[in-house]
Amino acid sequence: MEFAQQLVNGLTLGSLYALIAVGYTVVYGIIQLINFAHGEIFMIGAFGALSTWLVFFNGNTSVWVLPIMIIGAIASSVIVAVLMERVAYRPLRSAPRLAPLITAIGISVFLQELVRLGYNNPLLFLSTWNPFDFPSAKQKVPFPQIDVVTGAAFNVGGVVIQRSTIFTIGALIICAAGLFYFVSRTRTGRAMQAVSQDPDTARLMGINVDRIIIVAFVIGATLAAVAGVAQGLQITNINFKMGFLAGLKAFTAAVLGGIGNVWGAVLGGLTLGLVESMAVQFIPGTFGGSPWKDVWAFAILILVLVFRPQGLLGAKVVDRA
Amino acid sequence: MSAMLEVKDLVVSYGKIKAVKGISFSVDEGEVVSLIGTNGAGKTTTLRTISGLLRPVSGSIVFKGADLTTVPAHDIVQLGLAHSPEGRRIFPKLTVEENLLLGAFSRKDKGIRGDLEAAYDLFPILQERRTQPAGTFSGGEQQMLAMGRAMMSRPKMLMLDEPSMGLSPLMMKRIMTTVSTLQAQGTTILLVEQNAQAALKRATKGYVLEVGRIVLSGTGRELLESDDVRKAYLGED
Ligand SMILES: Nc1ncnc2c1ncn2[C@@H]1O[C@H](COP(=O)(O)OP(=O)(O)OP(=O)(O)O)[C@@H](O)[C@H]1O
Ligand SMILES: [Mg+2]
Repeated sequence: MEFAQQLVNGLTLGSLYALIAVGYTVVYGIIQLINFAHGEIFMIGAFGALSTWLVFFNGNTSVWVLPIMIIGAIASSVIVAVLMERVAYRPLRSAPRLAPLITAIGISVFLQELVRLGYNNPLLFLSTWNPFDFPSAKQKVPFPQIDVVTGAAFNVGGVVIQRSTIFTIGALIICAAGLFYFVSRTRTGRAMQAVSQDPDTARLMGINVDRIIIVAFVIGATLAAVAGVAQGLQITNINFKMGFLAGLKAFTAAVLGGIGNVWGAVLGGLTLGLVESMAVQFIPGTFGGSPWKDVWAFAILILVLVFRPQGLLGAKVVDRA
Repeated sequence: MSAMLEVKDLVVSYGKIKAVKGISFSVDEGEVVSLIGTNGAGKTTTLRTISGLLRPVSGSIVFKGADLTTVPAHDIVQLGLAHSPEGRRIFPKLTVEENLLLGAFSRKDKGIRGDLEAAYDLFPILQERRTQPAGTFSGGEQQMLAMGRAMMSRPKMLMLDEPSMGLSPLMMKRIMTTVSTLQAQGTTILLVEQNAQAALKRATKGYVLEVGRIVLSGTGRELLESDDVRKAYLGED
């Protein structure tokens, strides 16, 4: 019973990691950049959903509001991600690897602070203009609890299944299916695979590599935004720092699965979620319990890096010329 | 009549190293032009510059009246110029058919399916293996796929960079026969080769490149019969 419960908890957590991890891995697969600001794209998605709700539906918790919140989340994340690529990463395309990495960390801090200081004060020090009465984001902000998705939990033979769990796992299944279709069945998806395997030859085929890079950022942002909504529904509040640890965990998941491999990111996310949940429940004594769960998560990362550096599904990395 | 491809005073460098030091040559419609030279002569550099993957320091490249030096690499194939790169560079994790379809990426017309059949007619082995990942192929099969992929864009002109590299004599013959077939079907060809014998035999015109400069040019026959070429490239003395 405990095992079944932790299985459910682990899959929920893992689905969230998986949704975010895909963004690390698709971007890495195309331009070999670890976009450390991707966790913030997840956070922006959560705030985008909240903003959509505050602007259009404040007080309304009917379930039909949810799809529109998700669209708002995706729009916010995608806009920020595309701007980030255009303004910060593209000019550094041919710079040494370290430059975009440091830039990513800078963007991450910038976006956190922007939300913290600017959410209820978009013009910052210029004025106190706040047309929709957004709350201050300097502390936790309550996330709207939507009917049907957040009501009482189900109890299946003693195993508690939160409704937000169903939402999160369902979101991962739908996103993964959509991604599979996109990557393997569409023209742009094939072009994306071509760019990740051999960018120069892809250009000889007539593929605009800049456009494919944007597509990669858009895909990552879309899934991260959905994760942001799922997180808000699950823990009922959001905050400007939520992208940091979630991003780090998702990055771990991407490496665990084999960075650059989309299915690796999904598998890595689920594995990491399960390891954390199981460790909390089944490791006895001082090292068990939730205070140690992050330790186990990163211990797994280190073990994988030592014994299988290419990750669970990653191909052996041949030095790229 | 002006040439289909006209390269003038082309200079290309990698940082401080000049790889191509001011070369000029031209390819007329319907020709097979061979560019031969030993390792490091600058043949690949020249083709990559024509395709827009590298930008010249100076000089001009005019293809069917358009100056290519300012066209983005991904727009060049649409002008009717395909490039089958050195080392074949097929997409290893994609299937044969996916590779071929990527060759037609620049096209939006209805003829793609038909051309897929044409590629399979040209190289029946590709049809047998259409659903297999191309990375598992032998060098010769990969070369056929690379050529088929390049033809999928319906090019007016095809550039081939060392198609015979690393192939058995039999497979090499097969590839060279295909070059003649494509020419007969109306494709203009710029053929880069180290294998001078095979390349010049079929060439209407040839150029010999040595450390970034063209040192000899003439018809294929003239070059084959020239003492310099025989010594340097055909191992005769
Ligand atoms: N990416 C690069 N960076 C620096 N130098 C390069 C690079 N690529 C090629 N070169 C140099 O430019 C010169 C021309 O190389 P290129 O590849 O064009 O020759 P090639 O005629 O195609 O030779 P091969 O027959 O061996 O393919 C060589 O001296 C080579 O070392
Ligand atoms: Mg070469």
